Amino acid sequence: MSGEPILDVREVTKAFGGILALNRVSLKVFPGEILGVIGPNGSGKTTLVNCITGFIRMTSGKVLFKGKDISRKPAHKIADLGLTRTFQIMRPYYSLPAYKNLVIPLFSPRARRTGGWRGGGKLGDRDTVGIDILEEIGFERDSFVPYKLASSLPTGYLKRLELARCLALKPQMIICDEVFSGLSMSEIASMVPIIERLRMDGITLLMIEHRLRELFRVANRVIVLNFGEKIMEGTPEQVMNDEKVKEAYFGSEEVEEVMKHA
Amino acid sequence: MEQKRKERLDRGIKVRSDTIYALMSVKEIAYLVLPRLVLICGLLIAPLVMPSMYWQRVISIVCIYCLLAISFDFLAHFVGLVSLGGAFFIGVGSYLAAILNTYWGLSPVLTIPLATIFGALICTILLLPCLPLRGVYFAIVTLMYPLALARIIEALDIFGGTDGIMGVTSFPGRWVELYFMVGMVLIFLFGMRRLVNEDIGLVFRAVKDNDQAVRASGMNVTFFKAIGVCIASAMGCLGGACLVHIYMWAGISQFALDFSILPIAATVIGGAGTLVGPVIGCIILVPISELLRTFGTLRIVFYSLILVGFIVFRSEGLMVYGQRKYHQFERWVRV
Amino acid sequence: MDIIIYGIINSISLALMALGFALVYGISRLPNFAHGALYVVAGFITWTLFKAAGLNYLLSIILAMAITGLIGGLLYQFILIRVRGMAISEIIASYAMGLAVLEGLRWGGFKGMTYTLPVFAQGSIMIWGVPVDYHRIIVVGIGAAVVLFLWIFTRSTRVGLALRGMAQDERASLMLGIDSDVMAVVAMVLGSALAALAAILLLPLGNIVVEAGYNVLILAIAVCIVGGLGSWFGAVLAAFLIGFAQILTVAYVGSHFQMVVAILAIIITLILKPSGLFGKQKELEERV
Repeated sequence: MSGEPILDVREVTKAFGGILALNRVSLKVFPGEILGVIGPNGSGKTTLVNCITGFIRMTSGKVLFKGKDISRKPAHKIADLGLTRTFQIMRPYYSLPAYKNLVIPLFSPRARRTGGWRGGGKLGDRDTVGIDILEEIGFERDSFVPYKLASSLPTGYLKRLELARCLALKPQMIICDEVFSGLSMSEIASMVPIIERLRMDGITLLMIEHRLRELFRVANRVIVLNFGEKIMEGTPEQVMNDEKVKEAYFGSEEVEEVMKHA
Repeated sequence: MEQKRKERLDRGIKVRSDTIYALMSVKEIAYLVLPRLVLICGLLIAPLVMPSMYWQRVISIVCIYCLLAISFDFLAHFVGLVSLGGAFFIGVGSYLAAILNTYWGLSPVLTIPLATIFGALICTILLLPCLPLRGVYFAIVTLMYPLALARIIEALDIFGGTDGIMGVTSFPGRWVELYFMVGMVLIFLFGMRRLVNEDIGLVFRAVKDNDQAVRASGMNVTFFKAIGVCIASAMGCLGGACLVHIYMWAGISQFALDFSILPIAATVIGGAGTLVGPVIGCIILVPISELLRTFGTLRIVFYSLILVGFIVFRSEGLMVYGQRKYHQFERWVRV
Repeated sequence: MDIIIYGIINSISLALMALGFALVYGISRLPNFAHGALYVVAGFITWTLFKAAGLNYLLSIILAMAITGLIGGLLYQFILIRVRGMAISEIIASYAMGLAVLEGLRWGGFKGMTYTLPVFAQGSIMIWGVPVDYHRIIVVGIGAAVVLFLWIFTRSTRVGLALRGMAQDERASLMLGIDSDVMAVVAMVLGSALAALAAILLLPLGNIVVEAGYNVLILAIAVCIVGGLGSWFGAVLAAFLIGFAQILTVAYVGSHFQMVVAILAIIITLILKPSGLFGKQKELEERV
């Protein structure tokens, strides 16, 4: 954990009218690591992602990606720089088959710059590249799964399709918004290796999660948000045992109850 | 208790010819090609079999509306922008062509392409600030654009004011006019159908379905919307330019309601989202509308009511129904 | 000076025209693009009852308002109810219906300059050196009274507040037992009656022409959008802004530009700030 952070979030604040969704949240993500962001519902996790990635304008604060100030940049420019994100509520392009879903990100300027994809047509290069990416992400290549309409895919595959969408851009960092949620145990079990693969490929990850057990297995560090503020930062073990975190999740009375009977 | 439900299955011949992508018999080839062949031949032969010059002129008008209707369907169902102001494109194209022709003396061979290209650029630039707007507001704004332009021209009394620009040269010949129009419709119809399945067409459809995901993929949604509008307005301006050379006159009535409403009605009747549905819709509506012209504005009442009827009763449109019947069969299945 | 007087008259007239549209949208979020058609229909009904059937003028007015209200309600009940919730379809359906009605009237022979309604009072007086018809004063009076009444009604009385609450959160209202379809019909009936009121007040100042239907629709939309859909105060303010802008344009630029001002106001507002001056819609940005 040394060197320059790849993502530097400084004192980001977001107010919706009178409500302070984010209150001076700061964090740093270093290249190659996996940073987890956890917190109870409504703590501002998704708002934080939206502010970082340009989908919502922050009220104040600064975000630097690879040293560049992206605080006021629009969402597509940020993705173009290499910082991609998945969506918690996934909406693939339902009317298209899975592999065609990837044609769109492969059409982007970034994909064209970094990948050298060229051509078009019904069975042109983008389609084959799409199938390749899907295979990397866990779609069985020789089955008909990649060709199925996105509307008929189960959640596990849809989550992977979301990641594939990011991978098509050859990103340097992916912000994953609840990638493990809504999955069955076996689906999660097959998702974890994919995350590990991403890390091995050198992609930095910021993972917002609710499923703490799985997250703690992969994350290097964890940040905890509550009511829009960062209340704790540390390794998974440190966070698990922290009083404030338990209070945030369970409420102070509950913690006392639990402590009494512990 | 035994219950039945309706089940729809693709016909065998569709599965074989479509997804397996290997055509093995004349029957399969015919299955794919025949409908298109009928349409193409129908449109190509129509000018020859029309009983009078009046009806041949009607064909040209049908073609102009077809261009507008295809552009409406494309924008609304493939890019996600509902434009209630097709008359704007017609007006811009027609005035441009008329100006190029009367003030600079260019012949239709030049005015039509120039009006198409520059008209598309002008329309796109003027609509640019409206592109980020949400659907409803975009619809209202596009409704206002032709009205604004018409009143501005009337008020400033430029470009001929209320009288319009007269003395525009016509097409070199009746047959040139007819087959040029039909040709343009066929080119754009099949071209657009091809385009929406190309990679860029998929991007348009993605913009319609989920523009946030497109943004997250690093693409500027407004830019792609602009390209979509450019293509659609090119079609409209082409129609307008041809209209001017058919009627040899350009005037503010070309910003009129007909050109805004009838394409929508044609699309709804013919089947939205198919690009060929609007063409069918125009083939049905425009001749009737022209016939009703003798009754004054009754024609507007006619297709307005049909439009309302189809929208209100959520009818899917002729082509959608037709395609469904052609590609699938239904049967009752025991549950 | 005359600019101020005519400005006020024009502004109140615009407010009257916009009232019906604003009410329908305010209560049930329905953009009623047939508003202009209802306006003209009311005029022709009044004319038919008064001139052709020979009824008493006041009776004709009351009947016309009732009939127009009824037409509006039927329009909702049989047509618009089926496209409820899909905003663009609502616009297209109501616009097409309005179109059918207006052009139908034109085809049915209601064209030309021969259809007029008598003014409420003949003669004029001088206000600060500006000649003003009695009828116009009556228009301003009634108009201001109606606007004020509706404003107080929606802010203070229980029914008014209930209506506003329903507009703000339809689901909550449904849970409280307020049937949104019934409210929408009520809104359409009231809105159409208001359109009729505007027609009855304003049409005597000129002829009843079908063109007025389109103009009224555009003006009503202009007032509501500039003021912000859903804001009563905004609508009134917008009526004055546009009203004075129109009068100034007529005075200094030319009377042909009247409608251009209104249309440009719509376009510019939508481009710069779609929710208008005081609109209650959320901005487009925050919508992930």
